[in-house]
Amino acid sequence: MSHYRGLQAETVTFRAHNGDQGEAYYARPTAAGKYPGIVVIHHLPGWDEWTTEVVRKFAHHGYAAISPHLYFREGSESPDDLGARVRAAGGVADAQVMGDVAGAMAYLRSQPNASGKIGVIGFCSGGRHTYLAACTLPGIAAAVDCWGGNVIVDNPKDLNDKRPVAPIDLTEKLSCPLLGIFGNDDANPTADQVNRTEAVLKRLGKNYEFYRYNGAGHAFFNTWRDAYRPEQALDGWKKVFAFFQRHLAAAAPSIAAE
Amino acid sequence: MCSYIVEKAALVGSAKGRKGWVRIDTANVYFDHPYYSTLDHVLAIDFTNEGEGGRDRVAIELSAESARALVARILAALASGEAAHGEPAGGAENSMVVTA
Repeated sequence: MSHYRGLQAETVTFRAHNGDQGEAYYARPTAAGKYPGIVVIHHLPGWDEWTTEVVRKFAHHGYAAISPHLYFREGSESPDDLGARVRAAGGVADAQVMGDVAGAMAYLRSQPNASGKIGVIGFCSGGRHTYLAACTLPGIAAAVDCWGGNVIVDNPKDLNDKRPVAPIDLTEKLSCPLLGIFGNDDANPTADQVNRTEAVLKRLGKNYEFYRYNGAGHAFFNTWRDAYRPEQALDGWKKVFAFFQRHLAAAAPSIAAE
Repeated sequence: MCSYIVEKAALVGSAKGRKGWVRIDTANVYFDHPYYSTLDHVLAIDFTNEGEGGRDRVAIELSAESARALVARILAALASGEAAHGEPAGGAENSMVVTA
């Protein structure tokens, strides 16, 4: 038996928010079988190559993973140009992102390889979107928030039409186990904001695990940036895969266990 | 940190990008995570023409130190250029001054 799992990765279309035809990067193991699904929510700069690496990483570990391009409606220019345009326009609306994530989940469920369990993971603004999704979308079995800023909104003036509610205010509706990964040197979210988020989760009796890393700031999993911290990232990824294994993949062990 | 904070500057000017020279009317300026640079944060400037839909941009990413140095050099170039040409810099592009 081959040591490494074969996988297939490609860009697909999916039915996004409002029935729009969106694009997504989808990777899954090629061997016949049922696999849990993962929706990967990309960070604010956009649907970039690092995001596709994350999607393939999940497929390598035995998941059918998809990352919807949250900025596809902006045009057909390169993802970084679209990301810049979205930034200048103040971002995309939470309702639209939730619709796109729900559409990506439906895509996974419709595949013949679907085990029926789906997890969501997001990075940066995607971490915030993951928190929001875990509180508002049905059918998520496990959620991972990687350094999502603005879950707590200290200044009400920061709320707007696109982001009308602070995710922390929806925590009562959190419907699945939540894993949080944070660098203690991050400026958004700060260590204090992470502590305050944890306090709310604890008070509401939610199933959560938070891991905070010293010597790491924002985006410390990102191998394309100075922010990359190999030691902390390797441990963080272990936490992520152990968490998803526990909640999604009882029948599909990671490659290390095979 | 990632944010949507963008300083917008209305401009009169032109930029050379993938499609050659284009008119620009806006610079979106922000200090945040980069797209291309490996630096943690960059001073990014996207020169664009929002009057024509803002679909193309000429993009720059600089370290904070470089950006501050550039500001100083821009001001110095304006000062020395104005002195050399004996006129204040400015005015609309394509304006034609006809002297009798």
